[in-house]
Amino acid sequence: MSNTGCCCSPANQNKSIVQSASTTLTLKDILGTVKVRLGIGRMGYTIAPGLYTVGNPNATSPVLVSANYKLTFDTLRKNLSGLDCWLLILDTKGVNVWCAAGKGTFGTGELIDRINTVDLPAIVSHRNLLLPQLGASGVSAHEVALRTDFSITFGPIRSDDIKGFIASGYAATKEMRTVKFTLLNRLILTPIELAAAVKASFVVFGALFLINLFASRLFGVNDLLAYAAAVLIGTVITPVLLPFVPGKAFAFKGWLLGIIGTTCIVWCYGWFSPSYWLLGIGYMLALPAYSAFLAMNFTGTSTYTSPSGVLREMKIAMPLIAVSLLLGIVLLLIKAFTG
Amino acid sequence: MKHKYLKNVATLSYDASKCIGCERCTEVCPHGVFAMNEDTAWIVEKDLCIECGACALNCPTRAIHVNAGVGCASAVIKSWFTGKEPSCGCSDGGCC
Repeated sequence: MSNTGCCCSPANQNKSIVQSASTTLTLKDILGTVKVRLGIGRMGYTIAPGLYTVGNPNATSPVLVSANYKLTFDTLRKNLSGLDCWLLILDTKGVNVWCAAGKGTFGTGELIDRINTVDLPAIVSHRNLLLPQLGASGVSAHEVALRTDFSITFGPIRSDDIKGFIASGYAATKEMRTVKFTLLNRLILTPIELAAAVKASFVVFGALFLINLFASRLFGVNDLLAYAAAVLIGTVITPVLLPFVPGKAFAFKGWLLGIIGTTCIVWCYGWFSPSYWLLGIGYMLALPAYSAFLAMNFTGTSTYTSPSGVLREMKIAMPLIAVSLLLGIVLLLIKAFTG
Repeated sequence: MKHKYLKNVATLSYDASKCIGCERCTEVCPHGVFAMNEDTAWIVEKDLCIECGACALNCPTRAIHVNAGVGCASAVIKSWFTGKEPSCGCSDGGCC
């Protein structure tokens, strides 16, 4: 993982300088977004914390608070075209607002420190801050008011609603206040799941290569395709079809699609035949369990799972996944070494 | 289609007698769990709660309690190995 362009790079140290933020994205910004979505250099994708201008703000212009993840910053400024406002960017270590709020880096303490660092009371005459609603799990509004005189309004969840929110005199619709998880949202977030699973797969490929050196039935292209299908089902197909797949637990959803997919593949390859049954049953046990595990990891990406719920799901799913996976692997190994 | 997760798991609890009607909980909840009835907040649908903790942190009278955390399986698995509280691992780049 690359750490270049880290938030501590020397060029970004001078916090007293107010920088301007453009509301149009360059080709470089867009390419940067694509790279991040593919999991390349995601951790170092930061901008310097501090105060930024959008348009030509004055002492009465609104102050918007956000995170120093460049993807967040880009999405935000793109949606502020035509507005004159200030952007107070907190040091969230390059993490988006919601995750950073959960970790406390988009937090009460950092906000108060940042207000003082940029000397905000000297720059604006009003005492209001507009925060993204998802920052509320890290920032206590009454605590900030108590310690800085600044009162906080939590604005809409999505930055494309900010203009509408400001135009309506800071009135949010229920729509603006509710977090969504649309098909497009899920689709955009699947490449990173797939990339992580592919990286982990090299361990599997290494093991299979070693086994092939001694085995009497070699793992080949068909085995690879069956495995790839299971990975795809767990990391892409289940997340994309999420609300349409029966069940509530993510692991169950992944397992269900996994067993359907694996059954099709095993049947196609004729691995249900008497001479291949070890292989067929082995894959039926191992691959859907793996899909279930990968799908379960998508709970972290989803916007509607509670920690208590995830824990409940895991307590039931993890032992089942482990047993199914182990039994499956044992059968596959028996087949590999007995031919 | 609406997403639905496991029922009867959320640790959210709320003491309506402490409510001063500031409406902050309805402002911060990303799943519309709270709504106002006259001058008092009430819980509309507890099963939608994701335990993000925004309401509890922003309730000036501490009328709301929730065991806040991240609903993330890989964070939970990581916490089993490290022995720490589950936290979102999406930023472990060792930056700064």
